This record gives sequence, structure tokens and C-alpha cells, in this order.
Amino acid sequence: MMEGFVKEYLNQGKRIDGRGFKDYRQIEIKHSVVSKAEGSAFVNLGGTKVYAGVKLDIGEPFPDTPNEGILIVNAEFTPLSSPKIEPGPPGEDAIELARIVDRIIRESQAIELEKLLIEEGKVWIVYVDLAVFDMRGNLMDASMLASIEALLHTQIPKVENGKIVRGEFTSKLPVVFKPVSVTIGKYGNNLLVDLSKEEEEIVDAKLVIGVRDDDKICAMQKQGIGTFSLKDIENALDLAIEKSKELRRLL
Amino acid sequence: MKKSEVPLIINGRRIDGRLPEELREIKMSIGEISNADGSARVSFGKTEAIVAVYGPRALFPKFLQESDVGLVRVIYSMSPFSVDERKNPAPDRRSIEISKVTKEALTAAIFIEDFPKAVVDIYENIIQADGSTRVTAINAASLALASAGIPMRDLVAACSVGKVDNTLIVDLNGKEDNYSESDMAVAMMPSKGLITLLQMDGRLTKEEVLELLRKAEEVCKKIYELQKKVLFEKFKVEREEE
Repeated sequence: MMEGFVKEYLNQGKRIDGRGFKDYRQIEIKHSVVSKAEGSAFVNLGGTKVYAGVKLDIGEPFPDTPNEGILIVNAEFTPLSSPKIEPGPPGEDAIELARIVDRIIRESQAIELEKLLIEEGKVWIVYVDLAVFDMRGNLMDASMLASIEALLHTQIPKVENGKIVRGEFTSKLPVVFKPVSVTIGKYGNNLLVDLSKEEEEIVDAKLVIGVRDDDKICAMQKQGIGTFSLKDIENALDLAIEKSKELRRLL
Repeated sequence: MKKSEVPLIINGRRIDGRLPEELREIKMSIGEISNADGSARVSFGKTEAIVAVYGPRALFPKFLQESDVGLVRVIYSMSPFSVDERKNPAPDRRSIEISKVTKEALTAAIFIEDFPKAVVDIYENIIQADGSTRVTAINAASLALASAGIPMRDLVAACSVGKVDNTLIVDLNGKEDNYSESDMAVAMMPSKGLITLLQMDGRLTKEEVLELLRKAEEVCKKIYELQKKVLFEKFKVEREEE
């Protein structure tokens, strides 16, 4: 029944919550919400609630990038978040989400990984862990905002005799860009941003677009079984660039 | 992004001697897996994929069944010997993500309402990897689906495009894939110009993204012609044998 209702509204050019097609829901962002983490943030995007926590560890660099730190992103859809989520290892949606967040951070070169060399053979590993606590749609953009907000407030711990002294810090994590994602749904000929849970069920397809501060596109991913024409993608890129500036101002 | 120690474009030629918009040698064949309802092998240079399609067949456990549509499942996997360092055969996060987006890319072309409660299983195996494996596998999967007689809107043709050394290129090999400034995987239904898979990463302007997509569309149309040719030849021969 809900499906028919949502479609009927969209067909009339309206959304059930009264928003325009280009409007985000209310966004609440808080940082440093977990004192045990080196960086953290909480985002509530229209009821979708995500924590991002950053932990830093010392590890060995990858052989092909011996002077660079390592970024690892993981996402956990906690069973608290929806009746559809069962406890257990991450499913394909959680894995996809984490990998898109990872690519947007990595490809935007937001973190200066080359500044994370501690000494030869030792680098910082930056773990970004996302924990989803309520799913009301558009988990992607909420997770991206939480990740960057957490990284922007991450501090590098003090190292003594090769060991981390937790709770004491030497400097801020070098974060030089604020990439954001804008996820766009296609319904018929319409493009809309910030899909609610109900809208996600009925759109033809979605397109995640990662945008950097200088309007460079750093990642894209189509999701769902529908299709996009080239013209749709051009329109979606314009929309993503426009909305990215709005989202970035919140960080 | 890793930087290549050697240039990837020298005097307008790529490391394997190709021009920026030149494809590697493409080979396609159909029907070598006797147990499958449809199968195909496709190679782009040294990248080679074998795909088998089973179904539509009964779907169990029963709670997975949908009363109005059929289900499509895809498993993409790389053989342990397909890459330089042996790959653990267990599914990793990359394979799980590729399987998901491939499933969506192929389902877009399939009339799933024609086989409610049933499933079509698509198994993709990379025998040898030298870049562009997911798109090579999609090209093979599309042929395997067609040869299994699965009702489809169109064939799905796929290719990779990207940017290396400030040059836009098509059909990336492994080294170009590793060191590219940007790469993009595209699958489409060429006769309708509809994109069913799109993954991009790197740093591109909006104009560059669109330029790459236009190049991808051209390449997909070429691949589409090859796919139609191999299907036509296969089934023409079989008719004559009857």
C-alpha cells in the first residue's frame, strides 16, 4: 500500500514528506562523540543514524607503497537498525557501502597518506568503522558525512618506544579535502536526492556520486536493477555537484 | 593512488603498443560447458573469463521465491592461478561487491517476470586476469544467458575506460588498471543506449566523465556487434546440422 502511495505522489511531482526532489531531509552532525576513539562522529540524516569511529594502529605498509599509511573502511549494519538485518558477518550491501566510502576517501586523496610514515617499515593504519543504528534511507550519504567528519576530528596518538600511548596525542590527522557523496534516485524521468526508506523501495535505480571540494568526481556507482541514459548521468552529475557544496558546509 | 614508475604512454602508444582507443584482441565462443544451460568464454588480450548459466530452475529454500518475478544470482570468482600472487579462492570483499553490481547489471536486461519463483544462476570464473575482468565476465555472461534462451531485452555489452598519463583510454590492461588516474567500468544495453553498470573512481571533471562515457558507448557498440556475430554463427551452424 505504501508503495502505491509513494508512487502516486512522485507521479504528481511531489514527495510524501513534502520535500522537493532536490531537498535533503534535516541533517544533524556531531563530532567527538566517542572519547575512546581517535576520531568519531554521529550523523542523523532524516532518521538514518550512523556512527563513524576512527581508530589508529601501527602496522606494516603495503610493499608497493612503503612510505604510505593505510586506510581500511568497514561497515556494520547492526541488528538494532532494521527488522531486515540479521546478526552475522557483513552482507553484500554493507560490503558495498564500505567499499564506496573507502574509494571516495582514497580517490579524493582526502587523507595525506604519505604523511603517515612513522619510521621505515612502520606506518599508521587508519581504520574507519561505520556502525548503522537506524535505517530510514540514504545510508550512503549519511555514512560518508560521518566518515569525513570523524576523520576531520581525528588525532594521531603519541608513540613511545614503538608503542601507542592511548589518550595522548601529537597532531591532527592530515585531512586536506572534504569529499561527500550525493546519492541520486531515478524514478521515471525524475531525479531525486536523499531517498527515504520508502522511496528506495520503488526507484528504478540509484547513482552514488562522490564529489571533492574542487568539483572533481572521485567515485561513481550505479545501484539497483534499473538503467540510466547518458543524459540522466549528465543531469545527475550537475545535481551532485550542486548538492555537494551544501553538504560540505555542514562539516 | 599509486604512481607508476614508468610512463604508461610513450609517443602516443600504450605499454602494450596500442593506441589510446584501441581494443586488445577479443575472442568469444559459446557452449563449451556441456552441463550448463548456456555458457561462453570471452577474452580481451590476456584477460579471460568463462561463464556458465544454470536455469531458470527451482529455487530453494522456498522463502527466497518471489511470486511475481524470478531471481538472478551471480557469483564472480577468480581462479587462484589467474594473478601474479596466488589468490585465496574464498570470496573476498571485492568479489562480493563485483558479484552484486554484476547481478544488477544483468538483471536489468532480463525479463525476470517470465520465470516467477525460479532462479537463474550465473557463475563467472576468471581464468586469467590482466585488467578489466568484471567487464570481460559480463560480456561472457550476456552471451551465456542468450545461449541459454533466457528472455532478454537486449544483450549487455561492457568495457572499461580510464585516464592514464593525462590520456583517455579504453580497455585497460592490468598495469593501466593499477596505475590509472581514473578508471571506469561500464555495461550497457547498446541498442537502447541504457547503462546497466557504472563504477568509476579517480579524479575527473564532469566533462571528462561524460567524454569517457561516450567512448565507452562506442566501444560497447563494437563489442555488441561481435556478440551478435558469435551468437548468429553458433546457432546458424546448429540449424544446418539438424
